[in-house]
Amino acid sequence: MKKQIQILINGKKIKAQEGDTIYEVAKRNNIEIPLLCFHPDLEIKANCRICAVELAEKRDLVASCSTRVKEGMEIITDSLKVKKARKINLELIFAQHKEECVDCVWRFNCQLLKLAKKYDVIINRFKDRKTRFPIYQFKNAIIFDSGKCIDCRNCVEVCHKQGVDFLELEEKKHLFHIVPSEKLNRDCVYCGQCIVHCPVGAFEGVGEFEDIEKPLKEKDKIVVAQFAPSIRTSLGEEFGLPYGEVVTGKITAALRKLGFNKVFDTSVGADFTTSEESKEVVERIKNNSLLPVLTSCCPAWVKFIEFFYPEFVPNLTTAKSPQSMLGGLIKTYWAKKENIDPKKIIVVSIMPCVAKKYEVEREEQLFDGLKPVDYILTTRELARLIMKNEIDFKKLKSENLDSAFGEPSGAGVIYGASGGVMESAFRTTYFRLTGKELKKVDFEEVRGIQGIKKAEVKIGPNCHKIAVVNGLGNAKKLLEEIKANPKEKYTCIEVMACPGGCIGGGGQPMPCYPEIRQKRAESLYDIDSKKKLRKAHENPIVKKIYSEFLDKDEKLRRSILHTYYHKKEKEGFTILDLNNK
Amino acid sequence: MQDIIKKIEKYKLLGRSGSRFPTGLKWETVKKTKAEKKYIICNASEGEPGTLKDGFILRTSPEKVIEGIRIALETIDNSSAFIYLKNDYYREFGGKLKTLSQGLPITLFEKKGGYLAGEETVICEAIEGKALEPRIKPPFPAEAGLWGYPTLVNNVETFYAIAQIDQGSYRNERFYSISGDTAKPGVYELPEDWTLKEVLEQTGNLPDFDFFVQAGGGAVGEILLPKELNKKIEGMATIIIFDKKKTDLNILMRKWISFFLRENCDKCTPCREGALRIEELLNEKNLNQVIWQDLFFVLENTSFCPLGKSMALPFSSLIKKLIVK
Repeated sequence: MKKQIQILINGKKIKAQEGDTIYEVAKRNNIEIPLLCFHPDLEIKANCRICAVELAEKRDLVASCSTRVKEGMEIITDSLKVKKARKINLELIFAQHKEECVDCVWRFNCQLLKLAKKYDVIINRFKDRKTRFPIYQFKNAIIFDSGKCIDCRNCVEVCHKQGVDFLELEEKKHLFHIVPSEKLNRDCVYCGQCIVHCPVGAFEGVGEFEDIEKPLKEKDKIVVAQFAPSIRTSLGEEFGLPYGEVVTGKITAALRKLGFNKVFDTSVGADFTTSEESKEVVERIKNNSLLPVLTSCCPAWVKFIEFFYPEFVPNLTTAKSPQSMLGGLIKTYWAKKENIDPKKIIVVSIMPCVAKKYEVEREEQLFDGLKPVDYILTTRELARLIMKNEIDFKKLKSENLDSAFGEPSGAGVIYGASGGVMESAFRTTYFRLTGKELKKVDFEEVRGIQGIKKAEVKIGPNCHKIAVVNGLGNAKKLLEEIKANPKEKYTCIEVMACPGGCIGGGGQPMPCYPEIRQKRAESLYDIDSKKKLRKAHENPIVKKIYSEFLDKDEKLRRSILHTYYHKKEKEGFTILDLNNK
Repeated sequence: MQDIIKKIEKYKLLGRSGSRFPTGLKWETVKKTKAEKKYIICNASEGEPGTLKDGFILRTSPEKVIEGIRIALETIDNSSAFIYLKNDYYREFGGKLKTLSQGLPITLFEKKGGYLAGEETVICEAIEGKALEPRIKPPFPAEAGLWGYPTLVNNVETFYAIAQIDQGSYRNERFYSISGDTAKPGVYELPEDWTLKEVLEQTGNLPDFDFFVQAGGGAVGEILLPKELNKKIEGMATIIIFDKKKTDLNILMRKWISFFLRENCDKCTPCREGALRIEELLNEKNLNQVIWQDLFFVLENTSFCPLGKSMALPFSSLIKKLIVK
């Protein structure tokens, strides 16, 4: 139990716990202290110095994010000295940050501009020193404009935390720069955590601003949208709705208003993924081969395995990701049903993720020479498209999905949170191995925000060890554990690259803090618990499409629903032409 | 031996690294903090321009330094020691120090990195093999330093003084490094309470031409005019003498700023950006006092570590006394 103490903030008596930082106490008491380099996912670095406050005793300024309170401490958060320090340090920060406000991921929520206003900052007091700094692009997923970087180093830390270490510090002429690594054993996996941890928008998805309207300009095409499980509880944030608010029907309405001809739910794709994945699990358990089965619906995790741990490639399930399966079914089953030439269909996936941009360009995804999905828009990009078209999202009336793919099961919806794939697969695998339906479908052990969740599940006479991981750094830990201790046998391992799973993805609205992720996840579980249909294999549309279509042609089933993986060499980065942007 | 800490306190010995922290208090903190093991670090990373005294001591009295470390090892239970040497000192004195420390749990460590790598928390990072950046304080190394264990970090000269205190030969003297436009540069062992003027006079270094000095370090030291020499020296006992006629102030300031740009770690906004802007102002010969004063303000008040906090003083004192007046 921590000791209770009393301190003074701006003359007001406040109770605090010994060991808390000044910032934590102030936040609990609704006293505003600005922050830039602080992020609750990361270590306290105290680099930016914007959170400076004054200690009355000696009139010293200290960083409130890193200074711990003591009994009787007297703190002033808004003295002239504090304001002056914040103003000048902000002016120095602006002088290293190229202002590109119009197409910035923080455009509507820019902390720097808010602070500039509050502290009378002259944003061009000093010459911008980074105007000629390079802009890097990591494949078709991420852009890093180092001219906007304020050297807080959050990206380097989060990249390290992800076990990737692609972003690193390099000293050039006595100045440290953040750069993508040239080392052959380091490569980006496109998880996008650098984007959601950068306070000033130096990172963004490729095409975040330039390409969002492209799919809707495809003339003479039928443009079909599908949206991921996790975005139904996050998109609302972009329009000021409470964290975790469920907006499924509004998303459907917005997509129709934008001009998409059909709107489907990727969660239905997830029900197919569960179905296929579960078949693979059953098969591998029976043959006792290629265990543990590793999930493969997260493209950043797949690339992580292919690049850093190729020895585990055979363990990845070959089942395609939900959006890819649904995309394939749209261009085959649905096209056939509607008598449309598949080449005339454009599928657009709204995803919480920038790695999905990479996934859809993989040639291993093709079937019959066709891409299952043509465009990826992130949650943020969809929000911007809605704003650009002046659609009042908050006021939209909920609409139903187009009926061709029915409704998803609850299992398909929880795919958006860490543990969801495992829980969903477990509900179905249990049935397939025992012939009995699970009575209690909630699988609490694999839910929640811990990085590594381990459980043992009894299916029939056998006990299976499983693990659910979120965050690639945790995945790395588990893989190393498995390598060091091969006797520890897991049957199944679910990995999501991002903290909390897709609800914390690199394409999601910002800020993206633990408590926000938790609300997004809770709402997904809430949707599931309220559904009658909670198991993928019971979904009538899944049954129907298998019996009418997929089960009739094994080769077709494999080409639409399965893919393959292989060891990857470094893909690295390119430097964009400055004049081109 | 039990009362060495009392003796240190009786002599009011202050650390000789420049920060002038009471040595007795540091020893007591390390001794009383409970831990299964503790570390002692002798800081021989001397990196500031014009400061030569640690090298001088290692050359002339290395046995006294080892004796000071031995006393610390004996006073602090379950401790072992590192001597943290900058690379030329490692090459020059490493062999001798190894011989002298035979039988004692002392390891020599060759410093990587520059001036900042001599700051006590950066030393801990360096020995642990991490990036050379300062840590958030508290905790201070005396409570949680190397690998989280209580760690006593003292400078070469401090250990030298402790050996003297133990032997009863301490005479409240310290080492002054004198250089610059003078005929008798060198390291002098003289009373601690002497004024700068006394030091310069007694060593035959008081110029007969128009001059100013930088005192307390060849980068972070303050600029003092001849009329200001009736006081004791702060920080490091480093005195650099400048012939006023021959000295180009812009070049001198550019020398300082290139030192700071080279030696800082770029971690915090005021130190990284402040140093770059000072360089820019010097290149443009811009003496706009509003900007200079604003930069000094954030450097002094909001820098993460002592390097940034002390960067303003040489510039502010020089500008005030020799340029703006």
